[in-house]
Amino acid sequence: MTLNINIKDEQNKALENIKSQGLRVLVCAGTGCVANGSLKVIEKFRELGANVSTLTDYDKVTIVPTGCHGFCEQGVLVIIPDKHVTYVKVHVEDVEEIFESHVKNNKPVERLLYKDPKTGEAVHKNDDINFYAKQTRTALKNCGKINAESIDEAISVRGYEALAKVIEENNPDGVIDTIIKSGLRGRGGGGFSTGMKWKFTAANKGGKSYVVCNGDEGDPGAFMDRSVMEGDPHKLLEGMAIAGFAIGADEAYIYVRAEYPLAIKRLRKAIADAEERHFLGENIMGSNFSFTIHIKEGAGAFVCGEETALIASIEGERGMPRPKPPFPANKGLFGRPTLINNVETLANVPLIILNGAEWFSSMGCETSKGTKTFALTGEVNNTGLIEVPMGTTLRQIIFDIGGGIRGGKKFKAVQIGGPSGGCLTEEHLDISMDYDSLIKAGAMVGSGGLVVMAEDTCMVEVARFFMNFTKNESCGKCVPCREGTKNMLKILEKIVAGKGEMEDLERLEQLALTVKDGSLCGLGKTAPNPVLSTLKYFKDEYIAHIVDKKCPAGVCTALKTIKIKEDLCKGCTKCARTCPVGAIEGTVKNPHKIDQSKCIKCEACLNACPFKAIGKK
Amino acid sequence: MTDEKKTLIIEGKEVEFTNEPNLLEVIRKAGMSVPTLCYRPDLTSFGACRMCVVDVEYPNGRKMINSSCTMPPEAGIKVHLNTEKVRKIRKMVLELLLANHDRECTTCDKSGNCELQKYAEEYGIKRVKQYAQREEMTPIDDSSCALVRDNNKCILCGACVRACSEHQGLQVLGFANRGSKTVVEPMAGRPLATSECINCGQCAAVCPTGALTINSTQLDEVWNAITNPNKKVVVQFAPSVRVAIGEMFGLEPGVNSTKKINAALRKIGFDLVFDTNFSADLTIMEEAHEFLDRLNNGGKLPLFTSCCPGWVRFLETQHPDMLEHLSSCKSPQGMLGAIIREYVPKYYEDITPENLVSVSIMPCTAKKYEAKREQFKMADGRQEIDYVLTTQELGRMIKGAGIDFKSLEGEEPDSPFGKYTGAATIFGVSGGVAEAAARTAHEVVTGETLKDVEINDMRGTKRVKTVELDLKGTHIKVKIVNTLKEAEKCIREIKEGKADYQLLEVMACPGGCINGGGQPQSCNDSNIKELRAEGLYQDDRDVQFRKSHENPEIKDLYSKHLEKPNSHKAHELLHTTYVNKRNDCYISIGE
Repeated sequence: MTLNINIKDEQNKALENIKSQGLRVLVCAGTGCVANGSLKVIEKFRELGANVSTLTDYDKVTIVPTGCHGFCEQGVLVIIPDKHVTYVKVHVEDVEEIFESHVKNNKPVERLLYKDPKTGEAVHKNDDINFYAKQTRTALKNCGKINAESIDEAISVRGYEALAKVIEENNPDGVIDTIIKSGLRGRGGGGFSTGMKWKFTAANKGGKSYVVCNGDEGDPGAFMDRSVMEGDPHKLLEGMAIAGFAIGADEAYIYVRAEYPLAIKRLRKAIADAEERHFLGENIMGSNFSFTIHIKEGAGAFVCGEETALIASIEGERGMPRPKPPFPANKGLFGRPTLINNVETLANVPLIILNGAEWFSSMGCETSKGTKTFALTGEVNNTGLIEVPMGTTLRQIIFDIGGGIRGGKKFKAVQIGGPSGGCLTEEHLDISMDYDSLIKAGAMVGSGGLVVMAEDTCMVEVARFFMNFTKNESCGKCVPCREGTKNMLKILEKIVAGKGEMEDLERLEQLALTVKDGSLCGLGKTAPNPVLSTLKYFKDEYIAHIVDKKCPAGVCTALKTIKIKEDLCKGCTKCARTCPVGAIEGTVKNPHKIDQSKCIKCEACLNACPFKAIGKK
Repeated sequence: MTDEKKTLIIEGKEVEFTNEPNLLEVIRKAGMSVPTLCYRPDLTSFGACRMCVVDVEYPNGRKMINSSCTMPPEAGIKVHLNTEKVRKIRKMVLELLLANHDRECTTCDKSGNCELQKYAEEYGIKRVKQYAQREEMTPIDDSSCALVRDNNKCILCGACVRACSEHQGLQVLGFANRGSKTVVEPMAGRPLATSECINCGQCAAVCPTGALTINSTQLDEVWNAITNPNKKVVVQFAPSVRVAIGEMFGLEPGVNSTKKINAALRKIGFDLVFDTNFSADLTIMEEAHEFLDRLNNGGKLPLFTSCCPGWVRFLETQHPDMLEHLSSCKSPQGMLGAIIREYVPKYYEDITPENLVSVSIMPCTAKKYEAKREQFKMADGRQEIDYVLTTQELGRMIKGAGIDFKSLEGEEPDSPFGKYTGAATIFGVSGGVAEAAARTAHEVVTGETLKDVEINDMRGTKRVKTVELDLKGTHIKVKIVNTLKEAEKCIREIKEGKADYQLLEVMACPGGCINGGGQPQSCNDSNIKELRAEGLYQDDRDVQFRKSHENPEIKDLYSKHLEKPNSHKAHELLHTTYVNKRNDCYISIGE
């Protein structure tokens, strides 16, 4: 099809536009940095920038609020690309110094540079920071580098070029073939071949079909999709339009949780801008392909991330999953064939179209191609959002990118794939992070949450924590999930309270297996994973709780004892004065003692003792 | 959908299938079964209870466990019904449901009839104390005179929610909360009595446990009246009761038990036994004439039939602006109630207005509500009908009285007010009222004897039927719908000026009264309502007269007392008025 818009011309215009901005100062305006005060930082920069007249090399300075850079730990992040510098933990008070010293006079502010935790050396360039150096950013490529609210900036980085290409070539089946060949698999957790999913949906072409983007990122601690929606919304919209073109759909929904107000705001603006420029809406770029995208705000039920529940929710029904088959590809939204893909999956699409299937499949490993984003959290030094090729090992992620365990503690486990993922241990540190290897190990890629745990984490408590989450988030429709998660939680609560019996373990496992086999949807089928994987790899901890009535990690309140070591106690009385319940007795300069019948195990004394004489068991 | 025959393997046996909606139906058709709690063939598949899970093996070797009620049948798959894994799932589902259940089974209304109880027995569930027990009992909602909700017995199968919305287009019942806190309740947890509920009882009719049951509080009161020597208890029973009650005693659905019911009612101790069929004939006399009067004198059309109390409440609460369309005729129950009060004390020496107790047996829970209508009150403030029992409750009475129903010798009803025509008996099926009215209207309009009385286009369990009648030049178009979901569409049609029919017959229950909320439970078999319908059509063929105006007792009533249809006296006794009840239920909130 011939187009009445030349995308290359648009790109050149956009690049000219950006050039005219002078010196660009990128300030992260992702949710994390906004929480850290980045809006004030931006305001201050703009205030200073407005009055500038004595810049060397540049006639003006432009402050660009961007999407998430991923290194949220170090926010607010300020990057000046032309000066090859990244500032971390920037507060509004620091802005003036950066401006005067670096922007105006080309003298970097050393104290605001990132310091390598191992060497202590300051790092200037973004790419030299270990956290970034070891990543391969493709889906997140533009996040943090462009103004997410400007369609021009999106176009300048080849936005809508892939869409123009597919419409021009007018070969929908060819697009599907490319996606199949690329080896892209669903990034929302299921890992089903994206291209095949497109093919199945396209097979029902003819009547009305829909594209649905699943942006209901509900895993606690996960923010991969949010970052894409906030940081590079046009890439998502473009991916959706390409999908719509390939499967013959003219209407689409993005289901975003209402807890992502910034993502919603930017998506709305992006849709409006794209429609104005004829990259979306009726007769895109003058072709006869029309594609309208609506935004549907989800009310925050975790289960709505399950595709059939999500569809029910868009339809205005209670978010309860529907059994499959029939699959959405045959009977989805409003009973019509529906392609439902996750945000990250769709964000990969324009890149595959532009760079080719081979480019994509050259990254990753045998069965899992391309890159995957992970939200790295927990007890690692560098928490944040990362993107690595599939097949990268846990060790590389945790120790190279993540910078190792915090406080020099020992690594214990990593919970991967959100509340329905599994816990992996030291022995898995070198397994390849791909769909199949992880399933084999009893975990899953899931949406990409990675919670790193150190030696002082109680795995029974971890299982209880996640079970509590899934029990609360179960939709209540099918019996195994509704009643099973409740019963598993009861047993776990009993064990962490020191009241467990050995037969509870047998019952727990039976419940877990039945819930896994018998539940209606993915939520129920995976809810027992934390229990099953901890039972598999940390059974001794369960047994310690049940038989010895001890929590080896010293976490479970009911099972720990706080004791004062007589030989170390100097009798300073600080602990006795700190104790909120008066459980500590003793006289000055004599060893103190804790009355265990009164102690509430709050550990206030432990933290107060200047001689490390108080310990817990 | 094609009718092409394909095959799959169930338990090693090759089974043919064509366009069955799901694997479960294929399994059942092959003469095999899997347990179900949430599946109801007349409602959409839900897949929640997981009892019908089966082990499926695909030709490519892939295996999966899936609920057979939701799985489309696929050629070439191998289905295993009772593997260790699926049995384990079913058993645990039952154990978990029972652990969370109010297990006061002996005093439960559903005892002996409960599907959960049945499967617990079949699967040998012996102990559930090891699981988390129900923590607190929620109060029972018995605010409605028709239905009782006990959430402590609810297994959240969602059948009631689906029945309410898929049959009636209402969302009186819905899911609230999440996870193990999920409950089924009317909007905002309000009592049923102040909801939009039309009392049709279709929710109770599909409930597998004792969570939704018929409000049976009047049963004891009826027994008290019967055993009270100072009371004379008069009873009537509706058309549909006769073709369903036998199911509670091992008779086939559709077997006509009219005479056995007469006998059983006398054995229980009712003093006089009348037949609501008699007043169905009376209804036709009044309604056919009312219709012709409106047709000829520019009255409000289309005329709506008014015998279904669910439909009447629906209009009073949802569309009060449409009440003028509703026939002013009382329902057959209401008409006989009035006739009994007016004439029985005159006909029987030992019966006085004071000692007369009027009871009716209905296939319908909404009739309990109808009998309590303000408009059905007598001058002394009492209701014309004192008690309404359902078919189910009558069955329980018969059992409680120790009567061997199956071997009962049939008896005739008391006369007058016991004789009926075929036109009356088909009131129990959707389309029956229209057909009966057409038979009489035809003869009234044309003055000729109608030979072929059966109007086949008005028959059958389809939800919407439209029939055009040509009464020698008078063209009448009749629309017949069952379920209020369809009725709502008609209302919209009328409001938009798109309705080209003059008579609208509405029955709230799918298929009509034969499938009413008070009938013996039949939700696992769609054919039962067809058999009951056929039972009534057979009765129509078997009786001496087939047109209401030929009923000798009706003729007698008019000649002795009422003079003619729609006379002043007839209006006084047999007609009623309707009121706007929009404010009775919470739908008015926020308007």
